[in-house]
Amino acid sequence: MSEQHLAPAVTGRDHVLGDETALVTLVEYGDFECPFCGRAYPILKRVRQRLGDRLRFVFRHFPIAESHPHAEHSAEAAESVAARGGAGAFWAMHDLMFEHQRALDDQSLGRYAASAGVDGAGVLADLREGRYTGLIRESFASGARAGVNGTPTLFIDGIRYDGPRDEETLVAALEMVAAHST
Amino acid sequence: MSVTRAAGAGRPIFHHIVTASPTRAILHNTHSLHGGDESPSRPMTKTAPLPAGTKAPGFSLPSAPGKRVSLDDFKGRPVVLAFYPADWSPVCGDQMTLYSALRSEFERFGAEVLGISVDGPWCHVAFGENRHLKLTLLSDFEPKGEVSRQYGAYNEGEGTSERALFVVDGDGIIRWSYLSPDEVNPGADGILEALEKLGQPETASSPSEA
Repeated sequence: MSEQHLAPAVTGRDHVLGDETALVTLVEYGDFECPFCGRAYPILKRVRQRLGDRLRFVFRHFPIAESHPHAEHSAEAAESVAARGGAGAFWAMHDLMFEHQRALDDQSLGRYAASAGVDGAGVLADLREGRYTGLIRESFASGARAGVNGTPTLFIDGIRYDGPRDEETLVAALEMVAAHST
Repeated sequence: MSVTRAAGAGRPIFHHIVTASPTRAILHNTHSLHGGDESPSRPMTKTAPLPAGTKAPGFSLPSAPGKRVSLDDFKGRPVVLAFYPADWSPVCGDQMTLYSALRSEFERFGAEVLGISVDGPWCHVAFGENRHLKLTLLSDFEPKGEVSRQYGAYNEGEGTSERALFVVDGDGIIRWSYLSPDEVNPGADGILEALEKLGQPETASSPSEA
């Protein structure tokens, strides 16, 4: 049986931290309202710091609306912010939402968007029009096809990582892969 | 070996070369070093799930107090049977939540997903409401585990269904089955791939691609 669990390759449409020449790539399929993603957020941040330029980090949307009523709009807001303010604004928005997981109603999203440096009212208008709904569904569907089985799901160099998500184990796994990729 | 899939319109083709990288072996080692899930004390009573090509055993199980669903209700369209150990698994991205969230993907194939565990109907109702599931959950409750046993998806040691997946075609034939370790949510990629293959001629379903 082909239980491959392979993530789609990183493309220009992805949200990426780090360089294409990095030794190892970590992809997170996440949901801004998921408490497990919230717990993973500071860990992944430290992992990024420790790996430095050896690591490329990618965030992809996998909002589970059944469990999290604000997940869909949070994901759409992140896309709207990215379209309006570029990569820097996207990551600022990403951080703000993970740091304020209990306040992800539309009003709050508008405020975070403004803090991220874009027009908050414009972002709210995008949410009302459902401008990025299709894009988020596409990310969700392609994640499901890749073997995303909940949030967060991590892929290391395209292969699903099912191990523990503590800082030391993650750093060890990424360093091993990085060491073999030269 | 490569896996190439067409994504949505205008998206690049997904492409990944596995054999070129030792990542898989490294990650596998990391899992067994730290996972500790393969406890040797666990009774090794793993049964094999009914394989592809087998006629799916018929059943009629409660979907709610006073309501029953049978396999025959879905004649002519594919059905996904997702046996799982228990309601209330303590993760928000749990298997049934994932399948509920993916219902539009399953609908593209006209497929119905039925979750099956040994929990009673009232338990399923509470679980479904709590997790906002838009999914039919069936109770293999009395006689306990009978249907799970027929599918080779019952764990005698634990007294629960295994985490086993079956894709049954419109003629009631199992076209794909998969047994996942209890602690691993198998996700939906295998199901979606199997459903996609249902629409293709028999000759294309050779499993030699792996």
